[in-house]
Amino acid sequence: MSTITCPECEAQVELESGTEVGEIIVCPDCGVDLEVIAIDPAAVQLAPMEQEDWGE
Amino acid sequence: MQRRLKIGVLYSRVRVEEKWIFAAMEKRGIDYERLDDRAISFDLENPEPWRAFDAVLERSISYTSGLYTLRLLNAFGVPTVNSASVAEICGDKLMTSAVLARDGVPQPHNATAFTPEAALEAIEAFGYPVVLKPVVGSWGRLLAKVNDRDAAEAVLEHKATLGSVQHSVFYIQEFIEKPGRDIRAVVIGERVLTAMYRKSEHWITNTARGGEGEICPLTPEIEELSLRAAKSVGGGVLAIDLIEHTERGLIVNEINHTMEFHTMQPLSGIDIAGEIVEYVVKMARMKDEE
Repeated sequence: MSTITCPECEAQVELESGTEVGEIIVCPDCGVDLEVIAIDPAAVQLAPMEQEDWGE
Repeated sequence: MQRRLKIGVLYSRVRVEEKWIFAAMEKRGIDYERLDDRAISFDLENPEPWRAFDAVLERSISYTSGLYTLRLLNAFGVPTVNSASVAEICGDKLMTSAVLARDGVPQPHNATAFTPEAALEAIEAFGYPVVLKPVVGSWGRLLAKVNDRDAAEAVLEHKATLGSVQHSVFYIQEFIEKPGRDIRAVVIGERVLTAMYRKSEHWITNTARGGEGEICPLTPEIEELSLRAAKSVGGGVLAIDLIEHTERGLIVNEINHTMEFHTMQPLSGIDIAGEIVEYVVKMARMKDEE
């Protein structure tokens, strides 16, 4: 199980197994959106803000 | 023996839908590549690396990146799901309304104007309330229900002043009293796979905005209208949003070309991701056999 440090609040967050690069997780402590940028070892960065043309 | 196909999946974020799609590719032993739309670039003198793909499935969150990628890929002769022309129509509410109107597919009463003054005149002719929608945008953002002239003037001025030029394409729609829900139907090719109700106390029923899903039994009417709407925009993998109009019956509200189905797949028990992958493979084979 990989653990990352939230870049916003420094909380230690465990990644669930099956987490993939490009996935967005939410920091359980501060609620910020984090993008998983690597798995082994795990790394995250703040996810990009929603843009006006985003959607389905 | 059939040649092994190579499929591309264009994405911005790995949402649960993308995870299911990747898993469906892997389960079928398909040679596929994940294409992050923030990392790719195109050299128009050298389309060969892109021509290595027999088909590309577009799952971008960014409408702009997705649309331009599809245009380039189609220009290179690479089949895409959906095609650039379908994305162009579905990503723009006014274009969608235009093709539905051309084909006589029932839809809400819409009007369009390009200045606040002309928009106000059009709104007054409609009568209140009306809904103002951005022509590009999704997840129920920036929809405005306008109840009177004061509100209309305020919203139009804000749009004209604060928005990009695109917000000065004023898309005006009749406000429809929905029975607290709308219907989303999934169309893949010639088939309606499943449908669900999206319920909300709020007039905006998008599940992205907290609307809840409930299975909606497919009726011949839902199937017929969904297929007509899909055909009108050019067909492919589409989510058709329908409204139950109290007087006019079922009408088409909008059509999504890169649908989310995280609520629908578990609700319906249908492997929507798998069906999408099968459809993409079918497109790739058709191209391969040409």
